[in-house]
Amino acid sequence: MIPAPFDYARAGSVEEAISLLGSDPDAKVLAGGHSLLPAMRLRIARPSMLVDIGRIADLSYVREDGDRIAIGALTRHHDVANAEVLQQLCPIVAHAAGQIGDPQVRHMGTIGGSVAHGDPAGDLPSVLLALDAGFVAQGPTGTRTVAATGFFTSLFETALAPDEVLTEIRVPKATAGWSFMKFQRRAQDWAVVGVSAVRANGGVHVGLTNMGLTPLRAVGVEEAVGGGADPASAAARADEGTAPPDDAFGSAEYRRQLVKVLVRRALEEALP
Amino acid sequence: MTQIAVTVNGTRREADVEPRTLLVYFLREQLGLTGTNVGCDTSSCGACTVHLDGESVKSCTLLAVQADGREVMTIEALAEADGTLHPLQDAFHRHHGLQCGYCTPGMLMAAASYLKENPTPTEAEVRESLEGNLCRCTGYQNIVESILDAAGQMSGAKS
Ligand SMILES: Cc1cc2nc3c(=O)[nH]c(=O)nc-3n(C[C@H](O)[C@H](O)[C@H](O)COP(=O)(O)OP(=O)(O)OC[C@H]3O[C@@H](n4cnc5c(N)ncnc54)[C@H](O)[C@@H]3O)c2cc1C
Repeated sequence: MIPAPFDYARAGSVEEAISLLGSDPDAKVLAGGHSLLPAMRLRIARPSMLVDIGRIADLSYVREDGDRIAIGALTRHHDVANAEVLQQLCPIVAHAAGQIGDPQVRHMGTIGGSVAHGDPAGDLPSVLLALDAGFVAQGPTGTRTVAATGFFTSLFETALAPDEVLTEIRVPKATAGWSFMKFQRRAQDWAVVGVSAVRANGGVHVGLTNMGLTPLRAVGVEEAVGGGADPASAAARADEGTAPPDDAFGSAEYRRQLVKVLVRRALEEALP
Repeated sequence: MTQIAVTVNGTRREADVEPRTLLVYFLREQLGLTGTNVGCDTSSCGACTVHLDGESVKSCTLLAVQADGREVMTIEALAEADGTLHPLQDAFHRHHGLQCGYCTPGMLMAAASYLKENPTPTEAEVRESLEGNLCRCTGYQNIVESILDAAGQMSGAKS
């Protein structure tokens, strides 16, 4: 299958990308292409123009920045997984990036693409939600930082405007307890359900993958843990406020059960 | 049409392509390098694996324009110019690491990329490194044996 025809422009800078995006309302950013091209080949997506940001070299980095770690939007999953700064100071991000797809996918796919795509089945969005990450977006009128909690608005929809480019992902240092549980049928698959747990402010933050239209926080579980509940009783609230999909990989009912099991395991691993 | 210049197997190739041309079809149909196979055509099976700047990628999920100015290596360049097999090819031959052979170019390219990253893998690591490559004949046993054997040959040869 071959995508429908489109115009192609390679941006040399973020500014150039923004102005190209502004020139065509149906234009889309191309980063690694590993979500966009499969969708275009199925003709689920038919952008009129691709603005290729893949060569903007200064958007690929991982560095310590005060009490945060700054990750350039074009950093590939492979490089996120192998970044020592993350392995030491925010290991859940490096670990989760290493679980995405397969080596070939990790050689092309980028963290910015994973975030901007807003796929509720993606691994990194729920990890970044649990971490209270910040997303830096640059548009025609300047730069703003959007909190992860307000970023994922609906299925494949985010707070990014069509002419904004995501430039950086900012995560806190998180070296206390953490756990990342990805339940999949085959090694290369997406998560049937995924759970990330990170200790923060004396409590725990829990992110859920593939349990609704967006990545979600398991607010009920977080409350229960804060109130002193043990992992098993806190995990019983894991499906509160979720709306899991019903598909070939599992029914909604199965996912509601699975998420409780995975949250319990994640809490047992993340909490002392 | 967009003009691109890609170094393929060491030779600079200039061409006009439609932006929607996938790298695998550029290689197969425009350059005649048919060693790279199209298997699932949906980014899953890895039969179309080639190297982009030395690293494994699925050429069915890349536009040819994304390879502009970069280096692509296909299965055709894995053996030496004089025909001497790459240690991986030799090991696949000796261990019968294939049956129908359709996935083999992708398996070899994926393994060659992985061994650069991890020259002395364990069996479990080799199996995991193949998560993006499907074989529907052999059940992977001999493929894994071949890669472990080649890793031994290659790291032994270096030290
Ligand atoms: C076989 C296969 C298996 C996979 N398995 C998994 C998996 O297990 N888990 C998982 O999480 N993911 C998986 N993925 C998806 C992979 O992680 C993608 O790389 C990722 O979702 C998108 O990143 P990309 O750089 O390829 O983005 P692209 O495909 O280039 O872009 C995706 C979307 O984001 C937009 N975009 C990208 N970058 C920016 C930016 N900087 N600013 C604004 N908009 C932007 C694009 O316009 C597009 O709408 C898989 C993909 C494949 C092909």
